[in-house]
Amino acid sequence: MKRVRALAAKEVLHILRDPRSLAVAVLMPVVMVLLYGAVVDMEMHDLPVAVVDHDHSDRSRAFTRGLEAGGFIVEVARLDDAAGIEPGFRQGRFLAALVIPRGYAATVARGEPANVQILVDGSDASTAATAGNYLQAVVLRQARSLAGESALPPPPFSTRTRVWFNPELRSAHFVVPGLVALVLMMICAILTSVAIAREKEAGTLEQILTTPIRPAQVIVGKILPYVVLAALDAGLILAIGCLVFGVPMNGSWLALAAYCLLFILIALGTGLLISALAGSLRVAMMAAVTVTMLPTMILSGFLYPVESMPAPLQVICRLMPATHFLEVLRGVMLRGENWYPLQTAVLAAQAVVLLGAAIRSFRLRLE
Amino acid sequence: MNHAAIALDGLHKSYGDRSAVRGLSLAVPAGSICGLIGPDGAGKTTTMRVLCGLLRADRGSAAVLGYDCATQSMAVKQHLGYMPQRFSLYPDLTVAENIRFFAELYEVPAAVREERDRELMAFSRLEPFRNRRAGQLSGGMKQKLALSCTLIHTPSVLILDEPTTGVDPVSRRDFWRILRDLAGRGLALLVSTPYMDEAALCDDVVLMHAGRALAHGTPEAVTGSFPRRLLEVTAVDLQEASGRLRAAAIAGLDVQRYGDRLHLVHDDDEQARAAADALVGTGAVLVPVAAGIEDVFVEMMARADTGVSP
Repeated sequence: MKRVRALAAKEVLHILRDPRSLAVAVLMPVVMVLLYGAVVDMEMHDLPVAVVDHDHSDRSRAFTRGLEAGGFIVEVARLDDAAGIEPGFRQGRFLAALVIPRGYAATVARGEPANVQILVDGSDASTAATAGNYLQAVVLRQARSLAGESALPPPPFSTRTRVWFNPELRSAHFVVPGLVALVLMMICAILTSVAIAREKEAGTLEQILTTPIRPAQVIVGKILPYVVLAALDAGLILAIGCLVFGVPMNGSWLALAAYCLLFILIALGTGLLISALAGSLRVAMMAAVTVTMLPTMILSGFLYPVESMPAPLQVICRLMPATHFLEVLRGVMLRGENWYPLQTAVLAAQAVVLLGAAIRSFRLRLE
Repeated sequence: MNHAAIALDGLHKSYGDRSAVRGLSLAVPAGSICGLIGPDGAGKTTTMRVLCGLLRADRGSAAVLGYDCATQSMAVKQHLGYMPQRFSLYPDLTVAENIRFFAELYEVPAAVREERDRELMAFSRLEPFRNRRAGQLSGGMKQKLALSCTLIHTPSVLILDEPTTGVDPVSRRDFWRILRDLAGRGLALLVSTPYMDEAALCDDVVLMHAGRALAHGTPEAVTGSFPRRLLEVTAVDLQEASGRLRAAAIAGLDVQRYGDRLHLVHDDDEQARAAADALVGTGAVLVPVAAGIEDVFVEMMARADTGVSP
């Protein structure tokens, strides 16, 4: 135990003596959560829209004014002719257009449904889909309020989508748990694999192993400070997520911490395995970034939903620990459900396999 | 062999199909320095790594203070200090922090550690640099710090892998004085070196080549075992002298160049006369000399390579 403490204390000195790495370890999560929380905002507001009003009536003008009042769209152009829409799209002056037909006011006055056309620039598919949905919703709401609920004949059936747990579809709520996964993976896997590979390359690991310390003690002593650092980072991200972006915490903090710890074990196993297999510091660093960052970002449902991926890719996603961890994390924070037996079993199994393989290959290398 | 602090018996170790050590036996008693002398790839480092428990021997045995290096490695490690060839301390930690770290790994009690630390600082003269980062020390001071770290737990056996390689001559002499002092306190030291002149500073030397011991004994015994005769040639123009000797093609005469002189290895007076004749007019001076470690090494190596048993 004293030996483990000595190694951990030395590792803390290494971390503190290298202020640049320390700054990266602390600032990177902060910058990432601010960037992803704010920039990768999937909400739509101030959508630039062109209006082609063929009706030129008070009613049609009132309709578009009402649309703008919601703050979702901004009328940036008023065109006389639909022919002006395409050049506008090409120049990027607006992303969507609304075409109000001639006779709109008369049709509405008769209590008949008027056809309002929505055109969306589809060159950016994800923006187009979101913008289209928003516009449709906004136009329908507007139409209903203009006509007055009573004036509309009751439809034979109606669908209404209600989004639970994240009613405004706020991306921060979605992204913050993903960042926790990403940062835990990066800090634990990359920093530990680099720390061990560096000692191996410098020959100090050999020197340590001629002392009466056991390989397991070396591993524990070396990774302990990084576990603490990773836990601090996770806390930092969650704090910013909750305080700055208003991400709700509906579940139990204890459950959250337990799942984080499980995921930390997986990340450590990955890092150790990489350092045991990599021949040099450089290889370890490259391997750690490739193996941890890319899959965690792309194949975990962090940014792109797993359900919308091709089937073979979904299988790979299901193999990624981050996929399961994300489901659990989002579940605990947004749904307030604390117990996920399936995901817990998968994560625990992965932790055991990875750590086991890592310790085994580490021992073999030292023989 | 029971009384030896370090004992190797028929040690074999290979990496895949490449043999590094092929049947090495040696014994180092307490209070003496044994030098492993040989070029890179002779198997010195492998031998030492087996003794430290970092590698496992394929065949044969290695023991430190009677503890088997393979099966009782924890006991061996308690009594052994190992200094690897490369500087392998932490450059971003200070001198004091490096020493403290190794003291803690050996679980040296705090009181003992402080006393030991004072002693080591005094003999290595590192005291003024206590709080300097190890990476900012000179080569000689780094070696002394590394030695201090391997001595912090008061080992009985020291294994030093080329401790003076790349160190300036003054520091080298200094370092050997420290080693002699340690032997005087009863430690057994196994030191490898590629420098032939350091052989004379050892109590025993083992000349190693291709994983085998070519010769083994006190430096005097090893040099005394030289089976041939030797003429040393000094000349203003050594190039010309060696050219003439080559042109004369004297059967059975080997010419070795050592810095500013030539060594003519031969077996009888006839060859010596022929060599003297070849050098007439060059101003070269021929003097019969006793063989040095290097002469023995070169001769033994040639015999080992041509399959002639020494």
